[in-house]
Amino acid sequence: MTARKIWIAGLATTGMIAFLLLAGAPRVAANNQPSGPSADVKIDNFSFGPQTLTVSVGTTVVWTNRDDIPHTVVSTDGVFKSKVRDTDEKFSYTFTKAGTYPYFCSVHPKMTGKIVVQ
Amino acid sequence: MTNKNQDLIDQRLQDLNNDGVDRRGFLKCMAWAGTGLVWTMSGGIPASRAFAKSYGKDAGKGGDFSFVQISDSHIGFNKPANPDVTATLQTAINKINAMPHKPDFIIHTGDLSQLSKPSEFDTLDQALKAAAAKQIYFVPGEHDMLTDNGQEYLQRYGKGTKGSGWYSFDHKGVHFVGLVNVANLKAGGMGSLGHEQLEWLEADLKGRPASTPIVLFAHIPLWTIYPDWGWGTDDSEQALSYVKRFGSVTVLNGHIHQILQKIEGKVSFHTAMSTAFPQPAPGTAPSAGPMKVPAGQLQRVLGITDVNYLVSGSSLAIVDSPLGDSSSSASGSGLVVVDSLFG
Repeated sequence: MTARKIWIAGLATTGMIAFLLLAGAPRVAANNQPSGPSADVKIDNFSFGPQTLTVSVGTTVVWTNRDDIPHTVVSTDGVFKSKVRDTDEKFSYTFTKAGTYPYFCSVHPKMTGKIVVQ
Repeated sequence: MTNKNQDLIDQRLQDLNNDGVDRRGFLKCMAWAGTGLVWTMSGGIPASRAFAKSYGKDAGKGGDFSFVQISDSHIGFNKPANPDVTATLQTAINKINAMPHKPDFIIHTGDLSQLSKPSEFDTLDQALKAAAAKQIYFVPGEHDMLTDNGQEYLQRYGKGTKGSGWYSFDHKGVHFVGLVNVANLKAGGMGSLGHEQLEWLEADLKGRPASTPIVLFAHIPLWTIYPDWGWGTDDSEQALSYVKRFGSVTVLNGHIHQILQKIEGKVSFHTAMSTAFPQPAPGTAPSAGPMKVPAGQLQRVLGITDVNYLVSGSSLAIVDSPLGDSSSSASGSGLVVVDSLFG
């Protein structure tokens, strides 16, 4: 295999990983996380992204606050509630039952999101 | 600029005199640009003048008095928008102490802390000890209620208050009401006072003569400034309906880290600058997050609000001044004064 082919193969692999991450596909969690699939919600500019996230039962959703301002992740129906999360702090919750879980930031209640568990 | 913003900027001034004639002035609110003009309302006709000709000389006569509003200290915040919020709070206190007329007290309209941490409240208390005015009234911001339903805040600053920290007091004939609109917020909503507090407010104001000047203060604006960013209070109209019969109502808020004002009939609304960091004008940024300004500019967009009550004119005059040098007068930035007469 020439150097050029190796480079192309590497590029393809990187692209596939990036695609999987962007698509929010289940991936292997870090060692200290539950063994099931996980998915990410980023908090940027006072909004949850993606605002609606669809996952399978057993998925652990990890929220990361990337704002300069603290936020919370609070289930509208009282299912889960994070402590206040400052910059770069995370909150995770594992969804064990199918359903729709609306949530919001109790500090900035205009910030809303939804997890759909199938 | 959107129509919504234009509506905010075109703000109607009204002077209701005893003769029953509405003399209407029209004020292009200078707060957005902070162009440093001083507005005086007299007989409904706005006129501008230099900041240096302030109210200091006349204050202190008879029942006249002044107090200072500070807001949004965010002690514990350490991001690039202002890595040393304790220092800028200290600058604000020094500025208050250096005023020619001594304020009777200070009102802090919330977000004392960044994360409701005991150490942050300790730092705030330590800084405020340097204030010459010993009486300080507080209302909480959402940053002060982040843990245990605000117990840390209430234990320190909420003695003798009702519910989540609301209360009222009288000072030299003026009735002050501190309201809390940052507790038990609902998904998708803005600030909220809640049923219990509204009932209390109605009872608190009942029976007071309509000639009593009223000052309402709360963290989140009690008027809708920008719903997309939650800059308003869902049930503020209910609260304002209780003050309609009064001849002079001043509403002081924080939360948005910039000066905005509106005068509607006999109600004058005013928001204060932060002592910590500025926030963008509504809709001008992807979010309401802290705004970074060039080094050296910070103290021009932070500030304090001086409120003067003059018995002779039954008026409250509101003077905002930035932490930076205010002697730059009319050409300086971040300097807005509104003098509202409700004679």
